[in-house]
Amino acid sequence: MQDTPLKQPSATPAPGLQGFVDDWSSDQRTFKKVSWGKAMMWIFLLSDTFVFGCFLIAYMIARSSTVSDWPNASEVFALNIGGTDWPLILIAIMTFVLISSSGTMAMAVTCAYRRARKPTALLMVATAALGATFVGMQVFEWSKLIHEGVRPWANPFGAEQFGGIFFMITGFHGTHVSIGVIFLLIVARKVWNGEFDRDERSWMCSGKGDYEAVEIMGLYWHFVDLVWVFIFAFFYLW
Amino acid sequence: MTQSEIHQQAAIPTQDGDHQQHPVRLYIICWGLLFVLSAGSYMVDFMQLQGVLRWSLILIFMTLKAGLIIAVFMHMAWERLALSYAILLPPLFVLMFMAIMMFESDYTVLTRIEEFSP
Repeated sequence: MQDTPLKQPSATPAPGLQGFVDDWSSDQRTFKKVSWGKAMMWIFLLSDTFVFGCFLIAYMIARSSTVSDWPNASEVFALNIGGTDWPLILIAIMTFVLISSSGTMAMAVTCAYRRARKPTALLMVATAALGATFVGMQVFEWSKLIHEGVRPWANPFGAEQFGGIFFMITGFHGTHVSIGVIFLLIVARKVWNGEFDRDERSWMCSGKGDYEAVEIMGLYWHFVDLVWVFIFAFFYLW
Repeated sequence: MTQSEIHQQAAIPTQDGDHQQHPVRLYIICWGLLFVLSAGSYMVDFMQLQGVLRWSLILIFMTLKAGLIIAVFMHMAWERLALSYAILLPPLFVLMFMAIMMFESDYTVLTRIEEFSP
């Protein structure tokens, strides 16, 4: 089977723009020095970007084409704590919880590079706990709004489209967080049991000391945080 | 050279562990900055800023936060350009789509005011 590549992959590909041109015009594979798992996770995240992008655009269309007033998020999401109304306070706390979880995830990835088994697993469990807290607060927010009469087709605060957009966008994001929590726990369990330190292949691990599953998991988790940055800015603050 | 040999050769750099080791300090600084920026964007709402000032501050804080997460936490700053461009450029189409739909919804609202207002 004679199948000579047109250009041999070099061990040290050129940096910068020359490297970009070389990589994309080379034979065999484009993404050098990146494992398939990581490249595919990035491509999945790109497709997810389009999904959330379309949701946010749909929200923009609904909001800018309605003739009735859009509900004031600052008041709708206000909480009464100790007699004073705090605008948007729950959402702010949720934002901080999610950013904290991103921080612990970044630490977990750093520990995984050093192949420190227990710190990696514990930091991932901490990340999952913060993620679960976030989902819990979202459940609280949903039930509060449903109790106040917000429905996908109507709400007491203003334009009807508000409810549908709210449930759609935060629901989809919450689902992503929930799936992330489940997968974090699965990977954390594998790390804790030392499955990445054994000299065997599995669907997450190519051999002894291959902790890349943690980094790929981290990519997904940071993306969930990234999406929240945009939802927070456009849906809650705008 | 057989296919499998080529694949093995191509796979060597990744299996060697071309893993990026970064100082923990970098992550802590990034984490702290994200907290400060989030507090900043919450303050925009808390102080009830309005108009262009509000929108520009929201967008600035959002862009900075997104940039920090992608560049540092997701390691995009250390990836090769082939991957960075493949991931970061396509979302520009979303922006283009947004611009198109902005015109469209502008037209829709005008029509609604024209046709349905009492």
